[in-house]
Amino acid sequence: MTGGIVSYGGYVPRYRIAPKAIGAVWGADGDAVGKGLNIRAKSVPGPDEDVITMSVEASRACLARVPWVSPKDVGAIYVGSESHPYAVKPTATIVAEAIEASPVMTAADFEFACKAGTAAIQTCMGLTLSNMYKFGMAVGADTSQGAPGDALEYSASAGAAAFLIGNERPIAMINHTLSYTTDTPDFWRREGQRYPSHGGRFTGEPAYFKHVMSCAQLLFEKAGTKPGDYDYAVFHQPNGKFPQRVGKMLGFSEKQVDTGLLVRDIGNTYSAAIMVGMCAIFDVARPGDRIFAVGYGSGAGSDGFDLTVTDHIKELKKAGRTMADMVSDDVHLDYATYAKYRGKIRMREAT
Amino acid sequence: MRDVAVIGIGETQFGELWDKSFRELGIEAGLKAIEDSGIAAEDLDAIYVGNMSAGKFIDQEHVSALVADYSGLADQHLPAVRVEGGGACGAIAILQAAMAIASGMHDIVIVGGAEKMTDVGDVQAGAILSATADQEWESVFGATFAGLYAMMARRHMYEFNTTREQMAQVAVKNHKNGALNPHAQFQREITPDMVLKAPWVAEPLSVFDCAPLSDGAAAVVLCAMDRARKFSDTPVRILGSGQASDFLALHDRRDLTTMDATVVAGKRAFHAAGVTPDKVQVAEVHDNFTITEIIAIEDLRFVKKGLGGMATEEGETALNGKISVNTSGGLKARGQPVGATGVAQAVEIVRQLRGEAGKRQVSNAEIGLTHTLGGTGATAVVHLFGRMN
Repeated sequence: MTGGIVSYGGYVPRYRIAPKAIGAVWGADGDAVGKGLNIRAKSVPGPDEDVITMSVEASRACLARVPWVSPKDVGAIYVGSESHPYAVKPTATIVAEAIEASPVMTAADFEFACKAGTAAIQTCMGLTLSNMYKFGMAVGADTSQGAPGDALEYSASAGAAAFLIGNERPIAMINHTLSYTTDTPDFWRREGQRYPSHGGRFTGEPAYFKHVMSCAQLLFEKAGTKPGDYDYAVFHQPNGKFPQRVGKMLGFSEKQVDTGLLVRDIGNTYSAAIMVGMCAIFDVARPGDRIFAVGYGSGAGSDGFDLTVTDHIKELKKAGRTMADMVSDDVHLDYATYAKYRGKIRMREAT
Repeated sequence: MRDVAVIGIGETQFGELWDKSFRELGIEAGLKAIEDSGIAAEDLDAIYVGNMSAGKFIDQEHVSALVADYSGLADQHLPAVRVEGGGACGAIAILQAAMAIASGMHDIVIVGGAEKMTDVGDVQAGAILSATADQEWESVFGATFAGLYAMMARRHMYEFNTTREQMAQVAVKNHKNGALNPHAQFQREITPDMVLKAPWVAEPLSVFDCAPLSDGAAAVVLCAMDRARKFSDTPVRILGSGQASDFLALHDRRDLTTMDATVVAGKRAFHAAGVTPDKVQVAEVHDNFTITEIIAIEDLRFVKKGLGGMATEEGETALNGKISVNTSGGLKARGQPVGATGVAQAVEIVRQLRGEAGKRQVSNAEIGLTHTLGGTGATAVVHLFGRMN
């Protein structure tokens, strides 16, 4: 394969809520819960933010780094999310208009729990490697929902990431990619339901760990590599513990996993989670660096990527904020304000 | 009345067994028990199954015929009986099967107990368990199972100065025993601090004061004593059994700190066996919550009323203490697949009396006891087992 990631852009809202503030409302020791999850805070979308606005932010940041790319050459935009604002009506068309890629292009929304964004990367790879389009934009974004009082409420957060996929001047070659998919119902939300349901501990061993481990091991085989060959490893991060544990199980060091582990400060951004982690790595990566990335989406599947950073990364325009900038730009909310921002307070309807 | 012996035992792994169905678990335990007994399936006269709520947990009723069928016994047309009595159903199934043999109606009977609890979510499983309390007067008003046992704990603390630290010692001990049981759901030791600092389920009971939701099955083969030696070199005799009931709702009971059903069932069993509590070396008692074990060892007269917490704290109920209680890990650490509980307790006692309990073997175990509860104590069953010399 010769294609790769041409540019990247991430976005994390500035609002945060700490586990302690959530636990205080539900009679739980939030600090202990946060410690158990290895999460210090989670991001909260502002009252005017949703998957569309965040996808636009990330896509614009992505294009700003490569001014030599004309938006008109972006022939496909796919937005992966499980919190698209509309049940029927694409997010991707609005993103396309906002970055001025329309109208001679294709667009669609993807859903595969937390791995819809990486599925979009693979789709864009196919379209660009086949020269059907020059570039494709793969976006992963979520304003994820945890039911009030549920364990998920401590981690479900918001963020977005956009990757421009193509064959010209890639900053990271995608040497290999593969997926591991089964029908494993560990987490779901049916039509009309406001909050997702989950299988408790079933989301661990038979779901996250089985798929991430299987995909990772197959990727090692395919690439003929071992953990020591990589400078960075990044995994889907539903909490701070799972990716650290899976990294250790695979033989990666804490240092390799650390750079992409944003979940500790921003929570689980679902479809964006592994992609914002990859953005954080690109922020600091140097030519020749090798990146091992395995995402996970409930339902369930894992997408794995073996990447090599190229010299083109030095050509990126220093535009916009780094992930570290966004992670440290935090405004903490109390639970009442958080509930208001998340639409958990039912307002009077217009008469 | 004929004497009855246990000639075969079998159990599955206990835990969250997502890749095993109810029928798979039942068959595994049953086949192990049959293999252990040395009988052929054709020797069986009847099947008894203890199961609390397959209808709600897995949408399957009529599990008696299901177990017979999937054990490959459908064409033998054996009578297959499902017994329900809340958490005590496995123990009641043993009693019913033993009675059938004692009466002369049957010679060899298999008793299985099984529950598959993790096909539903935690909240739903809790609601199903609470259905063994009084739906009209307790559950419907929001009383959870843990909430009801928490009231017993509070009253016990008030009347006898029982402390949370003492209750925590029940969990610590049972996890320590569970760590020696390869079939246990939890095979890790815990510290008192972990119990005391865990989140509340219903104050004063924390997560570690409560037994888990589990999948699992256990089975025993019972045989008329006069035929037992033909199959087994180490038959274990059922010395005596007692079952009793009580008011279904907690608020109707005479006393929150004593389960009269346990007291009566215990007296009946000890009377039938002709032994006294001080002759028992090893006991599996119902510890769905830590307070339950404390109340049970008092009501069974292993310790004086009110001293259960102190006795636990002082190690009297530890492995090879004055009386070894819940050597399997109990419901707390071995796990709590409700229908399997009474049978799994019997499996552990038989193993102890045979001297096959490995690292958790109680030295010189001659007489063992099982104590199983339904609901918040509206049903209690006590069996006494004796080693044959």
